[in-house]
Amino acid sequence: MTTTDGVIEAPAFVRRNTFIELNARARAQSLMDPGSWRELVGPFDRIQSPWLAAQNIAPQFDDGCVVLKGKIAGKSVVVIALDGGFQAGSMGEVSGAKMATALDLAAADSEHGKQTAAVLLLETGGVRLQEANLGLAVIAEIISSVLRLRQYAPVITVISGTVGCFGGMSLVAGLSSYVIMTPEARLGLNGAEVIEQESGIDEFESSDRDLIWAIDGGEQRVGMGVADLLVNDDSGEIAAGVRRFLNSEPPRVYRSQQVDLYRERIAALDTSAQIDPHSIREAWGRKEGAR
Amino acid sequence: MSGQPRVRGREWFQALTGVNAPMEQDPASVLTADAKLGDEVARFLCVVPDPQGRFPCARRGEVGLEEAYTLAHRVREVGTRDADAKKAPIVAIVDVKSQAYGRREETAAIFLAAAAAGDAYATARMEGHPLIALVVGHAISGGFLTHGYQANRILAFDDAGVVIHAMHKEAAARITLRSVADLERIGHEILPMSYDVKDFAKLGVLSHILHVENPDVPSPATVAQVRQALIASIADARSGSTDLVNRIESAGALEWRKAGQAARTLMKEQWEAAQ
Repeated sequence: MTTTDGVIEAPAFVRRNTFIELNARARAQSLMDPGSWRELVGPFDRIQSPWLAAQNIAPQFDDGCVVLKGKIAGKSVVVIALDGGFQAGSMGEVSGAKMATALDLAAADSEHGKQTAAVLLLETGGVRLQEANLGLAVIAEIISSVLRLRQYAPVITVISGTVGCFGGMSLVAGLSSYVIMTPEARLGLNGAEVIEQESGIDEFESSDRDLIWAIDGGEQRVGMGVADLLVNDDSGEIAAGVRRFLNSEPPRVYRSQQVDLYRERIAALDTSAQIDPHSIREAWGRKEGAR
Repeated sequence: MSGQPRVRGREWFQALTGVNAPMEQDPASVLTADAKLGDEVARFLCVVPDPQGRFPCARRGEVGLEEAYTLAHRVREVGTRDADAKKAPIVAIVDVKSQAYGRREETAAIFLAAAAAGDAYATARMEGHPLIALVVGHAISGGFLTHGYQANRILAFDDAGVVIHAMHKEAAARITLRSVADLERIGHEILPMSYDVKDFAKLGVLSHILHVENPDVPSPATVAQVRQALIASIADARSGSTDLVNRIESAGALEWRKAGQAARTLMKEQWEAAQ
């Protein structure tokens, strides 16, 4: 691409400031007002999983959960980023306790007049199977904490990729006030591999990446109205999306409360064959004036 | 009804409510009834297998799309009804294999259906409804998150047929590339991986573990025993907070979740310091 003064400019996708290539800590930091934040229960505190070492798996000093308390555009916020690079962002005793407690503290501050929102950067496969029952227990606790905070302040989930948001943590996305996704991101309860293992390759061929993204991908999830905003893998676009929702009024009715609407939609599905992702997007997609 | 598979969830639902049919317009896989419990009326809910269900991957007692939205609807109904009245107890009878593992389910965003059920249950609890989960059989993974795990008191039968876990054995073995025998051995060494309900009880999440004579077939004596336990749990829930703090501060949690406790304590200290 050549500009009028003859300087060759790279195409837009090259000029983007990638978010996906940042690690969890840098992602969280990139969203916050410079100098406004502190990391809580960080790697120097060395609270790590006691269960991984017992199974000869290297633990990590932050247990894969980064908590920053500070400001975004002057508003009090806690940003909680899961590290998809550590045990696929899975939730264990410690990472789960960090997340649930930070949400509870934000709710307590909000209840006492200091509104504190949460931004959740969810790159996670769900329960950490090496801590199985404690992983599921902490996810139940996080769900409860999100619902408590959501009464007072926005809970904004960002799924940028490339791990995606799966398992029990997909419920956390489902409960959030707003969900931002990139086209590289995925959101679903069960990953394709798990479905193939449980229900057979005829049900879901997990090597079919096109099919996976057609169902779980950001474009589809936003297109069918179960997530709110599609942005490019660009730190500026993601930060702008977060600020937009921080300044928005809460949804009139949360998606997870639109039970009658979705019950009717499920009743209307033809289940005699697999459901075409395009047709569901047509049927469910946001109509003019909604949300 | 004949020809239905005998499953504990259905047996106990029927024994406690006298009902064995879904409410009008509900799928056959979700049973809901309002029934006497002590001197009040409680809403009971249970997910059961429906071999003729519309969704092929949700016919064996899994929690799928219809089940999750029906649970959400029937739980929210209690909240609307009791908005200005005494909050009725809600009892989730839990015997769920798992969530439904199907492509139809993923395409139609089962994560949102599960969230809607979790929302309904947790909201009812936060509004002051005593919410009790009675685990009579399996309580596994997303199935449990959708149905029961938001309860402020969880009771489970002390019985080998009760399995509370993040993933059923065969799937966990396949995904972690271990044999089922290996997984069972590891479960004895790593407490949170155990499939034994006695080990689960140590973690402090359960409020009560109940020894019931022959849990496959409820008898007048065992039904009376379970009713008493439910009534006591309801009173206990009403006297406590509406969050899940009882699980986090239980004796079991203090013993077996020390690292989590340390993270919680330090998070609170550093949060205050960062004001």
